[in-house]
Parts: sequence; C-alpha cells; structure tokens
Amino acid sequence: MIAAISYSFLQEYWWAIISLLGSLLVFLMFVQGGQSLLYTIGKTELQRTMLVNTLGRKWEFTFTTLVTFGGAFFASFPLFYATSFGGAYWVWIGILISFILQAVSYEYRTKPANILGTKTFEVFLIINGLLGTILIGTAVGTFFNGAQFSLNEYNQVTWQTPWRGLEAVLTFHNVALGLSVFTLSRVLALQYFMNTIDNEEIVARSKKHIWYNTIAFLVFFLYFVGWLCLKSGLTYNPETMVVDVERFKYFHNLTQMPVVLIIFLAGVVLVLFGIYNDLFRKQGKGIWFSGAGTILTVFALFLLAGYNNTCYYPSIYDHQSSLNIRNSSSSEFTLTVMSYVSLLIPFVVAYIWYAWKSINNKKIDKSEMEGNSHKY
Amino acid sequence: MFESIDLSLVNWSRAQFALTAMYHWLFVPLTLGTTFIIAIMESIYVKTGNIEWKKMTKFWMTLFGINFAIGVATGIILEFEFGTNWSNYSWFVGDIFGAPLAIEGIMAFFLESTFIAVMFFGWNKVSPKFHLASSWLVAIGANLSALWILVANAWMQHPIGTIFNPETARNEMTSFWEVLFSPVAINKFIHTVTSGFVLSSIFVIGVSSWFLLRKRHHTLAKKSILVAAIFGIVSSMVLIYSGDGSARQVAKVQPMKLAAMEGLNDGKEGAGLILFGIVSPTKSTEDSEKMKEISMKIEVPKLLSLMAFRDQNAFVPGINDLLTGNEKHGVMSVAEKKERGDVAVRYLTDYKEAKKSGNKVLTDQLKEQIMSDEFQTNYFKYLGYGYINNPDFLIPNIPITFYSFHIMVMLGMWFVLIFALSIWWVVKDTIEKRRWFLWLALLSIPLAYLASELGWLVAEFGRQPWVIQDLMPTTTAVSKISKESVMVTFILFALIFTTLLVAEVSIMIKQIKIGPKEEGGTEQ
Repeated sequence: MIAAISYSFLQEYWWAIISLLGSLLVFLMFVQGGQSLLYTIGKTELQRTMLVNTLGRKWEFTFTTLVTFGGAFFASFPLFYATSFGGAYWVWIGILISFILQAVSYEYRTKPANILGTKTFEVFLIINGLLGTILIGTAVGTFFNGAQFSLNEYNQVTWQTPWRGLEAVLTFHNVALGLSVFTLSRVLALQYFMNTIDNEEIVARSKKHIWYNTIAFLVFFLYFVGWLCLKSGLTYNPETMVVDVERFKYFHNLTQMPVVLIIFLAGVVLVLFGIYNDLFRKQGKGIWFSGAGTILTVFALFLLAGYNNTCYYPSIYDHQSSLNIRNSSSSEFTLTVMSYVSLLIPFVVAYIWYAWKSINNKKIDKSEMEGNSHKY
Repeated sequence: MFESIDLSLVNWSRAQFALTAMYHWLFVPLTLGTTFIIAIMESIYVKTGNIEWKKMTKFWMTLFGINFAIGVATGIILEFEFGTNWSNYSWFVGDIFGAPLAIEGIMAFFLESTFIAVMFFGWNKVSPKFHLASSWLVAIGANLSALWILVANAWMQHPIGTIFNPETARNEMTSFWEVLFSPVAINKFIHTVTSGFVLSSIFVIGVSSWFLLRKRHHTLAKKSILVAAIFGIVSSMVLIYSGDGSARQVAKVQPMKLAAMEGLNDGKEGAGLILFGIVSPTKSTEDSEKMKEISMKIEVPKLLSLMAFRDQNAFVPGINDLLTGNEKHGVMSVAEKKERGDVAVRYLTDYKEAKKSGNKVLTDQLKEQIMSDEFQTNYFKYLGYGYINNPDFLIPNIPITFYSFHIMVMLGMWFVLIFALSIWWVVKDTIEKRRWFLWLALLSIPLAYLASELGWLVAEFGRQPWVIQDLMPTTTAVSKISKESVMVTFILFALIFTTLLVAEVSIMIKQIKIGPKEEGGTEQ
C-alpha cells in the first residue's frame, strides 16, 4: 500500500510527522513551564511537593517526545540532523545539559542522602524550565530566520561563525519565538495545576499568574507572527532545486495553503478559549482546549516552514546550501519502511491517553502527599 | 570525499562519546534486568496474594527508579551526540542508522515512559492486573529500546542491506530485514540484554546478601536471591550461547578484532584459545609499535579454531596475515584493499567533477557504474581503506582488547558459579550460615559492572579505527568543530555525570540501608 505512494508524498508525510512531534513537544513543555514556576506558585514545601509531583508524573512524556523528535528528524531528514546538530553545537549542548539536569531531579529531589540537597534539584528544574523552553524555541526560530552554514558537494557542513549556533540569539525574531514558547509553557502549566491539584491557594495563585503570562505570551507571539508575515523567505524551484528569495514568503504560504491557515487560526482560537475558560468559566478544563490549540498552532507553523517549496532551514551564508524537505530527506525506501512503523502512532497515542487518564483520575491533594505512596 | 581532520579533535570527540557511552552503560543493564525481576515478583504477588512479594516488588522498584532516572539523563546525550560530534557520520549513514532510532522512540520509549508512571504511581489507582501488565510492558519497552540501538550498532560493525548512492554521498537502505535480522545484530542484542540480566541478578543477590549479613529482612532477601539466581543462571546460559555466536560473527566479519582479542599475531591452523596470558609491554616487531606478544599464556589447543569456524583445524588469521595478506588461506592484504578503496574514492571524485561540469552523460555513466553490484562488492566495500595511509593504524589497541575480553569471560564464569551456589544454598536453606559466600556475592556487584563495561570495550576498541567497518574510519566521521569546544563539553559532561553518579550511589546506598517498608517501597 505505502510502497505505491510517491517519494514526494512520503517526504511531505514525514514532514507532517515531524511537525506533529514538534507540536506535541511544545504542548508537553508545560512540564518545563511548571518547573519555572515552582517558587512562584509553591509558597510552602508542601505546595512545591504537590507541584513537583503533578509535573513529575508527566516529565517522561516530554523527555520521550524530545528524544523521538530527534530520532525521527535523524531518520527522515538526516541532513538537518547532521547540519544543525553538528553546526549549532553550543545551542544543542545547552539544551541537552538542561535536560540531563531535569531527568534526575524529580527522582532525587527528596530522597534521603541526596548529597546535593533538595534546593539544588529544584534549581535544576528551574534551569531546565528556562533554558529548555527558550533555547528550543529560539532554535526553532532558525527554521524561519536561517543559520550561517554551507554544505559541500558531499553534504558536509561547515559552520560559518565561531559562535556555533549561539548567534541565533542575536536575531530578535528567534528569541521572540523562544519567549513565546516559554510564556505559553507557563500558561499551560498553570492551567495544568488548576486541572490536577486540589489546593485552593495553588489554584488562586495559578489563575492570577495566567493573566501575567498570557499578556507576555501575546506580546511575543503577535510580534513573531506579525514579523513572520512581513519577512522574506527562501523558496526553491522543485524542478531545478535552485533557491531564491521570495518577499512575504510565509504570508504567501498562509494564503496559498488555506488548510494550514485554518489550522493555525483554529489553534490560536482554542488556546485563547482555553485561557478564557480557566479565567472566567469552570476552572480546570482549559488545559485541554489550550493544549489542543497549542498542538494545532505549532503544527501549522512547522507546515509553513517546510511546505509550499519553502526552505525549512535557510542558509544565510549560502542560499543554495539551504535545506528543504526534498534535498535533506532519507531515501524513498527508508521513508517507506518508517511509514509502515508510523501506522503504530494512533495505537501509541491511545495507550498514552488511557494511562494518562488512569493516573490523573483523582486530583493530587495534601493527604496523598503525606501518605505512603511513591512520590517525588 | 572526506577531509583529513585534526587528530586531536578526533580523539577528544572519541573521548567524549566514550565517556557518555560508558556512563550510560553503568545504568542501562540494571534497568534491563531489574524490570523483569520486578515483573516476575509482582506476578507471584498477583498470583498468590502474598503481601511479602508486593513488599519485595516495591523495594526493588524504588532502587530501579533511582537508577532509571540517571540512565535516561545520559541516554539523551548519546542520541544527540551522533549529530553534534559526528555529523559527517550522521549524513553518511543517517538513512540506515536513523530509522532504528526513530522506531526505538515510537515503539519502545513511549511504551516504557507511559507505563513507568503507572508502575510507580498506579498502585492505588488501577487494578492489580493492569498494574502488573504495566510492569511487564516497562520491561518489554526497556528491552525493545535496547534492540533498536543495538541493531544500529551491529550495522556499524557489519554494514549490510545497503547501497552507496554517489548522488547523495551516503549509504541508503535496500533491505530493512537484512539490517534487522543480520546475524551480528541478533547475537549482539541477545548477548547485550542478557548481560544486563546477569548484572541485575548479581545486584539483587549482592544487596540481598548484605541484608542477610546484617540479619535483616530474611524472607525478602532469600526469596529475592532465589528469583534473581534462577533468572541469572538462565540468562547466563543464553549469554554464553550468544557470546559463542558473537565470536563466530566476529571471526567472519571483523577478523582483526578477533586477532586482537586473542593477541594472535600470526595466524595458524588449529589455533588455541588463551585462558590466561600477559600482554608484553614492549612491541613484538620492528614494523609496528602496536603489535604485542602474549607471554605466560595458558591455552586450550584448537579451541579458537573450533569456536570461530566450527572446525578444530580451521585457519584463524593473525594480525600479520590481515595486514600483509595470506594467499594460501584467501586473506586479502591491506595493500590490495587500499588499492580498491582508492579506486572507489577516485570514481566518486570523478562523479562529482562530472556533475559540477554539467557532463550528464558521464555523470549517469559513473553513477551506474558506482551503484552496480560488481563495484559495490569489489571496490566500494573497501572505501574506507582509501583514507588509511599507514597500515599500523588498522591494529586496534591490543592490551585493552585482550584483557577486556579475557577478564569479561572469566567474570562471566564466576557469576555462573555465584548463581548456582545461591540456588543450591537457598533451596537447602543454609545460605545464611555461609557468610563468606554472602560477602563474595556482595563484592561481586562491582565486578558485574566491570564485566559489563569490558564487554563494550572489546566491541568498540576492537573495531577501531572503523566507525563503520571498512567503510568509514573514525577520523573522517567527526563534526568540524574546534577541539577546544569539545574539550570544554567533555569536561562539563565529566563533571555533571560524575556528580550525578555520586548522588545516585549515595541515594541508592541509603535506600538499601533503610530497607523495605512494611507495606512496600522504602522508608523515606
């Protein structure tokens, strides 16, 4: 069945899978957002323990999605993997270090004989909450603003600045995306707290901070989207593969791909509706709307970056070295094999959903934290 | 095709990858095995309803959780280091190597990470049977994730099921099943996961022995020893069987590694297997500094030939045969392989030049030639030799490979003895009286970690200088970054991993000292 599908469709299909994984990752980064709020929302040790425990039961999803996102990118678009990871060395190392610190912090934080102390592990969680979101958002910003690299005829990368990826922070548009991801992850985390924790103080404080973070998110996000619509992008000719600059490329992408525009707008509306729901209506259910909205919005942004003959990893140094879904993908055979495997995704999503519901069927409360069950 | 790269950058990149891999492998084997031991214990609990088994399950689960977290932390670095430090390699093999990684994520990691939450937090939230199913799914997920990364590693040791495409300048997969079911991959997977089972069994027996030495938690300790010892001895049998299979594969596809494992300089018919030997500190020949003599050796005659080729009189090539060739036994010399590798490099360069000049006829002609079976088998297969200027470079580090192999095998046999005696004395209910044995079992825990790490040293040191056997030398695989950057990240990772390891060991020891809670888990 899949074997009969064209190579170009497989490339588009795999870009959609990458986009889906990327959007799921951004949604699941509510864990990071929540970590950055540990001391803002948790004013007592018990409250912080409740926050850590509700996030701790989900941190592995975020982690696994990040790993799968990396693995899937390697498998489907290996030239991006080789170019970006091998080139923007310091950005990726920064992201990775922040995730190493996160992985142990939940488990070790309150264990006896933890030589670094509870506070240190909480600081690790906050570092991951800040760096993980801002750096990943900034790195994804380079999908639109490009990076300084060139490829030789054997597709080997040479990075053209000694900053090895750190130069991305000099482009405010990249940083604006990083800050959008950061503030959105905090909004989602606050909604998640309201959804899963049975504590009036935490709920009241979360509600108040949704306001602040929503305003900050809207400022950065609107700047990012506005500038994106105005900026030029790199386009390639699918026949000759020659790359050219196109003015208002991303705006054109939106208008030329109305389905993507609808997904994008639906996503934004859902995010805002979720926030409205938690602020003005029945509390605690907004996370589901905002979460779904986040997935749709980010999914649409990834499609804008890669579809419609757009170079998803533009080279500022040498336009012809830019990566697109045609010149950076795996072979037709490999994409076909992996497409069969991707048929498992709905099954994976189903059991994740079932397990998630099983664990979250009762809100976390003081008595659970003081009981004998396993906790972080 | 490949540029020559500063050797110190290569060595720092190697060091960083080795550091990450070795730290990662300190934690993975315990995860692979304890998940099964926990699932077995929980199954007995669900079947019998005996609360002692639940207590046991929760105690070992707590130790598993402490170990699992740091394994995850080191694992993520390993995955991304393929890109950050080995970008040339990532492109050259991404079409093959990436697929197992992606499948690993979709099939295994999500299984593991989803059900681990149920395993830890679901005791009072889901039914006992669903909880038990979750524990088994964590065990299966953990071991499935090992499958895919080991398939990828096996492909590097024996590239198969692929074709080189000059247009993209990379290897492309032609048969997924050949990659997945390569005999190297099958043996590697079975051997590696069962080594994890053995390590976990030794860990459980060692910790339980400590309880018995301290006269604490007798029932838990003895039941744990029995479960672990049975699991360990069965795993050891499979480990030995797959080790034998691995040796045969090494003899077939990586003969230089086998020669280094046995310190065999000159090949012979009816070669013996060294049980014990000392690698001489001096070089054995004027030609190569890397060649070593093995002295004081105790050897079982003809056993190496028998193990490697199922024929006690078979010829096993030595390092000299592999370097200079041996016509009588059909061993090709390095000079011949280099000639073929040079041809492959030249064709590739010609192809790229033809393409650049816009000569379509020549481009198509060269592409067809390069992608023909004849060229791929007789020339491209030796591409890597085109970048080797000194044959000496092809000799792996003999002392490390030799000692790692022999110590690993000796320790493996020691663990079999521990398992057998544990079963015998637990069944006889006399194990508590044998304090010397309990001490030996406890002291075997670090030995199990040593054996596990040594196994990887054999596999990875033994295949140097290749990152992909015969196709890509390690020197050509690295990312073009400054040596200083890699030095800084090496130091950073070393500091972080070491700090976290100390924290992990400290927490683990404390939890063991605290022991199990009456209702299960550990006291906090």
